[in-house]
Amino acid sequence: MGTSKEAQMDLLAADAPAAPRSARNGKATAQSMASRQREISVSEFFSRNRHLLGFDNPRRSLLTGIKEAVDNSLDACEEAGILPDIEVQLTQVADDRYIMRVCDNGPGIVKSQIPNIFGKLLYGSKFHRLRMSRGQQGIGISATSMYGQLTTGKATRVISRTGSRRPATYYEIQIDTAHNKPQIVRDEQCEWDRAQGTQVEIEMEARYQRGRQSVDEYLRQTALANPHLKLFYTAPDGREELYERSSVDMPDEAQEIKPHPHGIELGVLMKMLQGTPHRTLQGFLTQEFSRVSVRVAKDICTKADLKPNGRPKSIAREESDRLFKAINATKLMRPPTDCIVPIGEELLLDSLRSNVNAAFYASTTRPPSVYRGNPFQIEVAVAYGGDINAEGAVQLMRFANRVPLLYQPSACAITRSLIDTDWRNYRISQSNNALPTGPLVVIVHVASVWVPFTSESKDAVAHYDEIIKEIRLGVQECGRKVGEHIGKMRREAEASRKKDYIAQYIGHIAAALQEITGDSDKKTQSVENNLQGLLERSRS
Amino acid sequence: MNEDLLKQIAREAKSIRDKILRKQKPSMKFPLRNLSNVKFDPKAGFFQIGRKTKERTLAVSTVKTFAQSLKMIALSKNLIETDDIATKREAYYVAKGWSEEIRFAEQTESDAVLDDVEAFFSVNREQLGFVPEEKGGEVAGRLVVYDVDRDSGEELAIDCTRFGSGAYSIPISVEHLRFESGAKFILAIETAGMFQRLVKHNYWRTADCILVSMGGVPTRATRRFIRRLSEELDIPTYAFVDCDPYGICNIYRTLKVGSGNAAHINEAFCVPRAHFLGVTPDDIEEYGLPTHKMTDVDIKRIDDALKNDPFVQHYKKWQDALLRLKEMGYRAEQQAFAVHDLNHVIDTYLPEKLERANQFLP
Repeated sequence: MGTSKEAQMDLLAADAPAAPRSARNGKATAQSMASRQREISVSEFFSRNRHLLGFDNPRRSLLTGIKEAVDNSLDACEEAGILPDIEVQLTQVADDRYIMRVCDNGPGIVKSQIPNIFGKLLYGSKFHRLRMSRGQQGIGISATSMYGQLTTGKATRVISRTGSRRPATYYEIQIDTAHNKPQIVRDEQCEWDRAQGTQVEIEMEARYQRGRQSVDEYLRQTALANPHLKLFYTAPDGREELYERSSVDMPDEAQEIKPHPHGIELGVLMKMLQGTPHRTLQGFLTQEFSRVSVRVAKDICTKADLKPNGRPKSIAREESDRLFKAINATKLMRPPTDCIVPIGEELLLDSLRSNVNAAFYASTTRPPSVYRGNPFQIEVAVAYGGDINAEGAVQLMRFANRVPLLYQPSACAITRSLIDTDWRNYRISQSNNALPTGPLVVIVHVASVWVPFTSESKDAVAHYDEIIKEIRLGVQECGRKVGEHIGKMRREAEASRKKDYIAQYIGHIAAALQEITGDSDKKTQSVENNLQGLLERSRS
Repeated sequence: MNEDLLKQIAREAKSIRDKILRKQKPSMKFPLRNLSNVKFDPKAGFFQIGRKTKERTLAVSTVKTFAQSLKMIALSKNLIETDDIATKREAYYVAKGWSEEIRFAEQTESDAVLDDVEAFFSVNREQLGFVPEEKGGEVAGRLVVYDVDRDSGEELAIDCTRFGSGAYSIPISVEHLRFESGAKFILAIETAGMFQRLVKHNYWRTADCILVSMGGVPTRATRRFIRRLSEELDIPTYAFVDCDPYGICNIYRTLKVGSGNAAHINEAFCVPRAHFLGVTPDDIEEYGLPTHKMTDVDIKRIDDALKNDPFVQHYKKWQDALLRLKEMGYRAEQQAFAVHDLNHVIDTYLPEKLERANQFLP
C-alpha cells in the first residue's frame, strides 16, 4: 500500500544532510554527529527533492501545477456528483514567469480547511483511504504553492464558495516553510460569479512550450479520458480551446474498500495494530480488512500461534512478524473489484472519435483483476488510419485513474507491454524491442484503488506481472481488430487495383479481336462486358 | 496473299471470341519450344517438335500478354493482307505507338510475343509478315540464282561467280528463288574471314563448289537456302567451322537438324544432308594447330549437349568427339591454319580433307 504519512515524515528526517566528519582523524563521533543532527524544514526537503514531485524544470513545473489543480477539481466534482466544468488559464507575466489559474464548479472547500489544503504539505483526504481517485497522496497542490512561493515569493490566491447562499471566501496563503504550516496573508469575503466552486491562482517560475509534454497535450488527453468534463482553456498566447463534454453521465461513484491483507506491509500492519479501536485480534482482522471472515481470522491466529481474543495493541514486535507471515501464508479470497470505475468501452470510443479523426476505432475494457491485494482494471482503445500521422512510432497515450501520464514513457509498464506485443501479427510494422510504427493511436488506462507508480512524481506505472499481463491482453484484443481492419482494407485495395489493371486491357483485347474477325460493335461490346466479369472472378 | 493463313487467323480469333461470349476463359495453346520438347528421328533427319505444350489462359496475370499477342496477330493479318513485311524491330516500334499500358519495354518482350504467335499458328514468322533483323548468309561460286524484279515481274539471273571479291546476299525469303549450278558440293563456312580468303583466291573455281558464309549460327533464310540448294542440285553439303563446342553443338547442329526454339518449322529450315568437314579434334593434332584453353562455359556446353541434345545423343561418334575435346581441354579456330602459311588451308587442308569425305563426322 506504499508508505503512510508518518512514514514519509520519517523519510524527511532520514534525508537530513550527512554529518560532517571530524577533521582530526577522519572519523565522526556520536557527539560530533549529534551536534549536526536537527530537524530539516519542509522547504529544504522540497527544494532538494522537487524532481520527485514533478518540479524538476520550469516547463515541467507548469504542467505539474496545472495537473495537480485539475486533478483535484475533477476528484472533488465527482465525489460531490457534479458534472465538472473547469477553466484553465495561463498568463505570462515575465520572461520566465507565469500565473496559472484553475477554476471549477465543484463543491467548494469549507473555509477552515482552505489554509491547510493549500498551505500545508502532506495534508489531505486521499492518502488515508483506499479508493480510486486521481490524486493519491495529497501532496500535489500544496507542493505547487510551495514551488510558486519558493520561485516568486508570491502567495497562493484562493477563492472558494460552497453554495449560492454562502459568500465566497478570498484567501492569500503562504507556507511557513520552517514549520510546514499555512500563513494567512489575507482573508476576506468577495464577489464571485460562480455559485459554487474553487479557484486557485499560483504564480511561478515556468516555461510554456507546446508539444508532446505540454499543458496543451495534458488538457487534450484529460478531456479524452473524462468524457463528462467540460474544459475551457486559455493559453498564454490568448488561444482558446473548448472541450465540450461528450457524455452527460457522471461516472459511477468509486467505492472505498478496506485493504486486502495480502497488499499490506509489515510496518503498516504494526501501525494498524496500534491504532485500531478493536479490542480482539479476531475483531481487528475481520473489521479492518476485506475478505477476512471469522473462520479465516481464527486460521491466521492459529498459524501465527496467537490468541484470537488477544489485544491488538499488546502484540509484540516478533509476534506481529509471525502474524504478518501467517497472513501471507493463508489463502484468501481476492479483494472485491466493484470499487473500480472504468471509463467504459463505449464512452472511451466516443471520446476517441471526437478527439482523433481516424478510419477505424476499437476499444476494450478488461474484467477487473488484482495485483498484491489491490484490484485494478485495464482499458485499451485504438484509432487507426485517417488523419493520424503514419510516420514514426505510434502515439501512445497512457492514463492512470483517468490522469494522462506524459513523462517517463520508457520506464512505464504500459510502454513495455506495447513493445512486448507482436504487432506484426496485426499487420502493423514493428522493429525488435520497439514500439510499433504506423498511423495508430493507442490509449491504455490503468484504473486502481492504488496505482503503483515507479516514483512519487507519478509518471510511470510499475512493472507488476499481473498488470503487464492484463495490458497485453487488452492491447492484443484491440490489435486483432485493427489487424482485421487493415486486412480488409488491403483486400479491398487489392481488388480495386486488380479491377483497374484489368480494365486497361480488356478494351485492347476486344478491339484486336474485332479487327481480326470484323465483328459488329455490338458484339464487341458484349465481348468487353464478359471479359470484365470473367477477369474479376479470376483469382490470379 | 496467304489465304489459308488468313483463314486460320480468323478461325482462332473467332474461337477466342466465342469462348468469351459463352463466359468461359479463352486460352491460347503453344507448343513448348526448347530442346526438352524435340526428338531426333534419323530417318526424317531433323529435330521434330514434341507434344509438350504450354497454355496461356486469360487471367489477371496474363491479361497484358494476352492483349499484346492479339494485337500482334491483328498486325500480322494486316501485313499479310497488304503483302507487306515488318522486321522484328519494326514490329517493336509499331507497338511503341500503342497506348502506354500495353507497350513493350524492350524488344526482347515483343520478340517473345512474336515467337509465341508464330508457334501458335505453327508457321514460319516470315509467313506472318515478320522478318528477322539479322543478316542472311553470303554466297559465291558456281551458282546462278533466279530472282524476280518486284516492279516488272521480270526474272533476274544472278551469277554468283561474277561478284569479284564480293558476294551475293541471301534474301530474307528464299522460297521464290530458282537455281542452276554445275558445282560438286556446297561448303558452308562459319566465319566471314575464312569465306573472304576462299573467295579472294577463287577457291570455288579450283574446288568446283558453292561457298556459303553463315556468319555464326545460320539464320533461318540461310538454312532454307542451303537446304534447297542441296536437295534441288542433289550435291553434298560440308560444314567448315571452328573446333569448339559452339561450332559443333550450335552452328553445325542447327544447320543440320534445326533448333529447339524453332522446332515447329525445322522440317524446312535445316540441312539433314550436311556433313562435318572440320575442324575436328583430330585435325588439331594432325595439323598442329595453335589452341586456346576452353572456358567453363565451353565445358558446360559440352556437358549440356551430352546430356540434353537428342542429336548428339543419337551419334556415338559425336559423343566420342565431344568427350575427346573435353579431355584435351583445348579448342582451335578455323583460321588457325594460318600458322603454317596463309593459304595452307586452301593448298593443303581442304584438299586433303575432301579426299576423305566419306570419313566426315555425321
